[in-house]
Amino acid sequence: MSQGHTSAAGESHGSYSAYFIGFVLAVILTVASFAAVMMHLLPPGATLGALAVLAIVQIVVHLVFFLHLNSRSEQGWNLMAFLFAAGSVVILIGGTMFIMHDTAINMMSR
Amino acid sequence: MLGKLSLSAIPFDVPILVGTFIGVAVIGIAVLGLVTYFGKWGYLWREWLTSVDHKKLGVMYIILAIVMLFRGFADAIMMRTQLALAYAGNPGYLPPHHYDQIFSAHGTIMIFFMAMAFMTGLMNVVVPLQIGARDVAFPFLNSLSFYMTLVSAVLINISLFIGEFAQAGWLVYPPLSEMQFSPGVGVDYYIWAVQLSGVGTLLTGVNFFTTIVKMRAPGMGWMHMPIFTWTAFCTTVLILVSFPVLTVTLGMLSLDRYLGMHFFTNDGGGNVMLYLSMIWTWGHPEVYILILPAFGVFSEVTSTFSRKPLFGYNTMVYATCSIMVLSFVVWVHHFFTMGAGANVNTFFGIMTMVIAVPTGVKIFNWLFTMYKGRVEFTAPMYWTIGFMITFSIGGMTGVMMAMPAADWILHNSLFLIAHFHNVIIGGVYFGYIAGMGFWFPKSFGFKLNEAWGKRAFWCWFIGFYLAFVPLYILGLEGMTRRMNHYDNPDWYPWLLVAEAGAIVIALGIVCQLTQLYVSIRDRNLPENLDLTGDPWNGRTLEWAVSSPPPHYNFAVIPDVHGIDSFHTEKQLGRRGYNKPLEPIHMPKNTSAGFFVGVFSFLLGFGSIWYIWWLAALGLVGIAATVILRSANRDIDYYVPVSEISHDEEAYSRRIAAAQAAE
Amino acid sequence: MAHEATMSPHGHAADHGEHHHESPVVFGFWLYLMTDCILFGSIFAAFAVLRNQFAGGPSGKELFDLTNVGIETAILLFSSITYGFASLSAAAKNKTMLLVWLAVTFVLGLSFVGLEVSEFSHMIAEGNGPDRSAFLSAFFTLVGTHGLHVTCGLIWMVVLMVQVLGPQGLSQRMISKLTCLSLFWHFLDIVWICVFSFVYLAGVM
Repeated sequence: MSQGHTSAAGESHGSYSAYFIGFVLAVILTVASFAAVMMHLLPPGATLGALAVLAIVQIVVHLVFFLHLNSRSEQGWNLMAFLFAAGSVVILIGGTMFIMHDTAINMMSR
Repeated sequence: MLGKLSLSAIPFDVPILVGTFIGVAVIGIAVLGLVTYFGKWGYLWREWLTSVDHKKLGVMYIILAIVMLFRGFADAIMMRTQLALAYAGNPGYLPPHHYDQIFSAHGTIMIFFMAMAFMTGLMNVVVPLQIGARDVAFPFLNSLSFYMTLVSAVLINISLFIGEFAQAGWLVYPPLSEMQFSPGVGVDYYIWAVQLSGVGTLLTGVNFFTTIVKMRAPGMGWMHMPIFTWTAFCTTVLILVSFPVLTVTLGMLSLDRYLGMHFFTNDGGGNVMLYLSMIWTWGHPEVYILILPAFGVFSEVTSTFSRKPLFGYNTMVYATCSIMVLSFVVWVHHFFTMGAGANVNTFFGIMTMVIAVPTGVKIFNWLFTMYKGRVEFTAPMYWTIGFMITFSIGGMTGVMMAMPAADWILHNSLFLIAHFHNVIIGGVYFGYIAGMGFWFPKSFGFKLNEAWGKRAFWCWFIGFYLAFVPLYILGLEGMTRRMNHYDNPDWYPWLLVAEAGAIVIALGIVCQLTQLYVSIRDRNLPENLDLTGDPWNGRTLEWAVSSPPPHYNFAVIPDVHGIDSFHTEKQLGRRGYNKPLEPIHMPKNTSAGFFVGVFSFLLGFGSIWYIWWLAALGLVGIAATVILRSANRDIDYYVPVSEISHDEEAYSRRIAAAQAAE
Repeated sequence: MAHEATMSPHGHAADHGEHHHESPVVFGFWLYLMTDCILFGSIFAAFAVLRNQFAGGPSGKELFDLTNVGIETAILLFSSITYGFASLSAAAKNKTMLLVWLAVTFVLGLSFVGLEVSEFSHMIAEGNGPDRSAFLSAFFTLVGTHGLHVTCGLIWMVVLMVQVLGPQGLSQRMISKLTCLSLFWHFLDIVWICVFSFVYLAGVM
């Protein structure tokens, strides 16, 4: 089972070992996030950066080990759809913050 | 028990509405009576209402769109008439309370229930046939999407007779749309109608994306896909990306209204401008959701009637895809005046100008397709040429407003109204009507009348310029949109011209109805019948099957070897297939979509009027229907070979008859 | 969701299931999840804009109890791996273990929802409900939407558990449905990563 069971569509159900690896990594990353904030290890700006990095890494861990996302399933369409959605979310959140921040400064509404 | 609903919610005191209600009731009873008289209820239920066939759903979408066109146009001509009258001492015939509902309803209905429904209908009719598929990927979801759209349209029209509609414009900007300033049910009607139809649209997006990715005929690579399918594909991507944003934005507005939250309120730290930014994050891609399939139609029509392959197929695909991506980074140009600084406005202004480039590329592609072609001036071709002229003008006024400095002058003036009607009528509407004429024989087996089609075109074309060029001028003269009354003597003559334009457009609609009537009356004349399934000497796969196609579309799934494969095969004298027939796996019809629609209606209506037991009933009903449906194992069947060969023989006989007649 | 008859070139219902079929259901569901991703992205965008609009009310620092958040996070993480085991049991056609793991996942999910409800009701009882300030509106909407998704997932889980016991058994169609729910469940965990990082942890800094 270490290779995981792969169906015709190329989607994998994973294996026990993969789930364990993912779980352990996720626990480590989560604990790191909580620790960074609760133990005040870094200055606030750096903490925020660390949180973002840890969150992104943990998302990747979940995608790979729990959602079995890879470039092979569905001829890569799963991954492509995900990347497109992620890009859209970045534009959406980044754009909204850019616009609203700029407006707030310009209108002195804050 | 009945929440906010009481007899006083029914506008007995407004004669226009009472008259409309009587008209709708008479027509409704007449239609129901006719169906009963001819004993067609069973047929209607079995063959149409419970159908999961993409071709029938497509036809139903387009019928809905045409009915909604009447409603939306009635609103439009009422507004024009009001403004032709309401000068100086004359208050006009529409009080502001009613007038504001009309302009809000006009925009909402035209975009969500006319244009979106028409677009979805065309995609339904055409896309599976063009890619050589037997249906869409999720036929039941397709039926469900249709019913979500239908009940939302019903909901929005019920607001005419029970309660009121929103008076805050077609995008219900807060704070005007907040409870404090719009305590009535109008905005709630808007929210629920748009949210429910949004669910339908999102499911359509998932459905068609999956269909196009997974169900193309063998051999049809991405760069072999017909252009209409390409544009439909990009449209579904935009739907998937943008509609969730609309859902969230309207969801937050409803939380403000229902639960007293503070997303967009003036107090409590709310931010009105956030609404503008978010609604247009959806709103701009929405414009391209509508126009891209129209571009697809023009591409098919131009190349078919110019008897040439499309000029620059690859650039057309790249242009479509770049529009798809760019349309997601231009949304601020809808609110340059909001107060963002130069950085924001400059960025989005430049992106807006950039997005005009691929659109310009497309115009040249169509022109070069016609160049040295043997252009056949059919009605769809008329609409196409009318589009190229009109849309270019609309595009250029759009680029004018892409300059933030100019937009500060033109924002919310009638110049803006003229601009977007210029691209939406001249682009979207012309495109969909061209598409309807082009694919009508495919759906029904006979052609639309050419003469009446051309008359309709001329009325629309001339009427459009008469109605909207004055609006450009009025905008430059400083007239703002959504005005109920004015005193400026310079505006008056232009508004009379615009009214005349609206009347000419009304004649165009009459011509279109006449066209439908005449075409149906004369459907059996030999020059109108489409026996071969290929009335225009077409290029793509939908013309490879009979008209109307059998419910399984293709007796044998075709093999594709390149762009316009069907046309190449015809040139080589090859038609048909040389594979044995096999039983075909098809989905069974289901009433589940219909019932989810009915329960969604109860959910919406109950929530609008605060009738919470009704809303709960609707919600439980939706969940129960979906769960029951998922437990149903009797959902598909096999079409036997005998039925397929019977259909195929009938089709061969029709082709033989057509050849004998030549 | 995703329970539909589909138009795959070879059908998979009607018990013609002898060959291995490629069903578009899981792919379609993945697309739906991507739209959900954008849905959450929009709420995050609103939260990001409104995160400091306290309107004189309490800030996250005064409201959030990180211990509670830690427990919620742990529960969701455990439920992810137990659902993973359920998927593996389904792939191994082990109906009993599948049901056991699904039940464990269900209990974990239910306790997550329970903790969230108690957190919310506590805040509302103290007058810090969603109508207190724009920040709290955004907070309740964001976390509540996630909780609502989890609740839908729980209902869906019960439905599937009943259906596994019914005549559908572990048919190919059933496996597709379980895979869809698996994607849904793991996806909600990903959303939660963003919630605890950017709402709770960043909020108490």
